[in-house]
Parts: sequence; C-alpha cells; structure tokens
Amino acid sequence: MTKVSMTVNGKPASGEVEGRTLLSSFLREDLGLTGTHVGCDTSQCGACVVHVNGKAVKSCTMLAAEADGAEVSTIEGQAAPDGTLNAIQQAFQDHHGLQCGFCTPGMVMSAAALLKDNPKPTEAEVRAYLEGNICRCTGYHNIVKAIMAASGQDVSAIAAE
Amino acid sequence: MYNFEFEKPATIADAVAALGAEDAQALGGGQTLLPTMKQRLAMPTKLVSLSGIGEMQGVCSNNDGSLSIGGATTHATVAAEAAAQYPALADLASHIGDPAVRNRGTIGGSLANNDPAACYPAAALGSGATIVTNAREIAADDYFQGLFTTALEEGEIITGVRFPVPEAANYQKFLQPASRFALVGVFVAKFADGVRVAVTGASEDGVFRWSEAEQALSASFSPEAVNGLQVDPANMMGDIHGTKEYRAHLIGVLTKRAVAAAS
Repeated sequence: MTKVSMTVNGKPASGEVEGRTLLSSFLREDLGLTGTHVGCDTSQCGACVVHVNGKAVKSCTMLAAEADGAEVSTIEGQAAPDGTLNAIQQAFQDHHGLQCGFCTPGMVMSAAALLKDNPKPTEAEVRAYLEGNICRCTGYHNIVKAIMAASGQDVSAIAAE
Repeated sequence: MYNFEFEKPATIADAVAALGAEDAQALGGGQTLLPTMKQRLAMPTKLVSLSGIGEMQGVCSNNDGSLSIGGATTHATVAAEAAAQYPALADLASHIGDPAVRNRGTIGGSLANNDPAACYPAAALGSGATIVTNAREIAADDYFQGLFTTALEEGEIITGVRFPVPEAANYQKFLQPASRFALVGVFVAKFADGVRVAVTGASEDGVFRWSEAEQALSASFSPEAVNGLQVDPANMMGDIHGTKEYRAHLIGVLTKRAVAAAS
C-alpha cells in the first residue's frame, strides 16, 4: 500500500492505496465523491473526466498514485458551497443539456476545461472537444447549446431543440 | 487488473535502476498500458512512472534547427509547443485520441508501444527522427520492427525524440471512427535532399515507408506524381473496417491529399 495525499476541490485528502487503485476508484470509494461516474472503464466514454492540475483527464485511466501531490477538481467542486450552480451547470439545466444525467459530470468537467482554454468556442470547436465524451440518451445538440450559452454566446440561432 | 508495486522516480538514472527489477514495466501516460492491464493482457510486477522526471519533459529547438521532445511530453504539450517550429507534427499530436487522452498520453509511450495504427510512428519515420534512449540513439529507420515491436531493449527508456524539421510536411489520417486510431494515416515530409512518406494503420508489419512514392515525389512534389502508383494489397491489414484493397487504395488517396496540403 502507498500513502497518497492530494487536494480535492480545494480540501486536503489522503489515503492508503494499492498500486492498481485508479483515481476514479479513490475518488468514489475512498473519498465518497460518487459524482465522478465510471461508464465504460475503458477510457472511451468520458463520464469519469476530472481535472488534475487544471487538465481534463479520464480518472478511470490514471492511477491514484500518479495524482499524489496534485490538485484535483471533480463535479462536486463545481457549484458554490451554498449549492448555487456554476455557469456551465446552470446552462445545462436551462437548455436541457441532459436526460438521464449519467454522462453529465464528465460533460461539465470537459466543458470547463474547454472554456478555460477557449472562452468563446465555435459550435464546431465544442463538438470536436467533446469527442471523448459519450452521451447515449440524446443527440448532443442541447449539450453543445448549453456549453455555447455558458460561454456567453447567443444560442438562439443554434438549431438544436 | 492484477496488483503491482508502483514507483515514481525523479531522474532517468533512478528509473533505469527501478526497471532492473524482474517484470518491471515503464509507465508513460498509461492511456494504452492501463486498459491493457485492466484486460489482464499484461501483468507487470512493478510499474515505473516516467511522469515525474523533469528532464524528460517539454519541447525545445536545437542549434541545427531540429526539434527535441522529451519522452514524457504529452500529446497536448506537443500540440501547443511544437506548433511554431513544426506545425505538421503539432497538428498530428492535436488529433490523437481525445482531449483528455492527449493530456496524459506521451510521445515516448506511443513510440515504445508502436501500435500499428498509431500516429506518432508515422511522424517519426516520415521525419527521419532519432529516438534517444537512456543508452543510445536509434534512427527511426532502424527503430520500428513490426507490430508492437521496436529496437528497444528490456528496461530501455525513450528519454526523447529529435525531429529534423522539413521544408514542408503534412499528415492525413483516415479515422477509424470508433477507436480514433488511423484506419490509414500518411505522413509526407519534404526535405532539401528528398521526400519521405511514412504510412501507418495499413500494413501487417506496422509503420512503413512507401519508397515508390518517395522517389516520384522527390522528382516532382505534386499530387499528380503519385498517379499510377499502387501499394501491393497483399501485405495490408484487412478487417471489418476496411479490406486490404481498400487500405491500399487509401494510401494513394491520403498521400495525394498530404502533398496537396503540404505544398
């Protein structure tokens, strides 16, 4: 077992992990942060996306031991402490950017990473950025629309409904 | 996956020492190795992470105009930091996998794995790059030795890759839409002394140089120069995504597109 310590959503977190413990398992099972979802466990679906030192990564394909000393952000850290949704989460609600909601944590975390690097993306850039995030309920249109809206752009001309 | 011991050294020397243990395996970004281990197709007793080694990170220009990239540099960093000096290489890096994969996957990991459909082998072979390890330097022409097979010895680490920067270059990838690997990918690079064409995704023997096209393009760097040239389908991969003949045909199409985009 190895001791790991990291900052998760601004708070210190530590635990004893096996070499094979995935970051997604550490977050969900050791820290109880079950908002990070494991959809495919094969690094394809993106439901497990979190930020490690500011970069979006698939937490099912990173060892917890690799995150020792890192700053980790998960979906639980996105809303304000009083529960007020951040701009991306609010836009997902306003534009019906989810149906069953399983992929939503990863979608929101990927969107946050995109908007940090590219505050006013085009629709094509949003779609390209989400190529590693799979939603099986809807057609992505409202997810794209929500992210465009969260970036402060007018989405009335986007056909998605 | 089976359990293993985890080690994260801070220097190349310590990593080499750690890899001396029996059945130890180097870990780059883990974007291939971890899924492989989840399927229990690999069971190393120890993983030696290369991600904490500062001397294996980053992109820098050399005095001779070539570009050196640390073996532990992620695809996302290559995409951002090589864009000014070698745009075709940066563009290739920016289309590997998806954004989250590019934040973890490394150039050294990709080249050490030598997946027959990976992008970086085409760039390294097409550029005539030099693979730099902890022990020696290996020319790309000698490095790639077939499917998932390279000149690397047991425990040898790719510490960096040195790319000569061509006058013009371009990479064309025909996506296998589910995996986002190349169904066929062609890297064309035009140097003062000739043109190199490297093909990934297509051959049963992994990445290879298409020498007939190289000769024709060295004489005349235009898409039409490739007219009438055909790769023999016999040694191509064939599967539900594309037959041998289809892949052989795509090589010609993508080579022309790469030349048109590069010139």
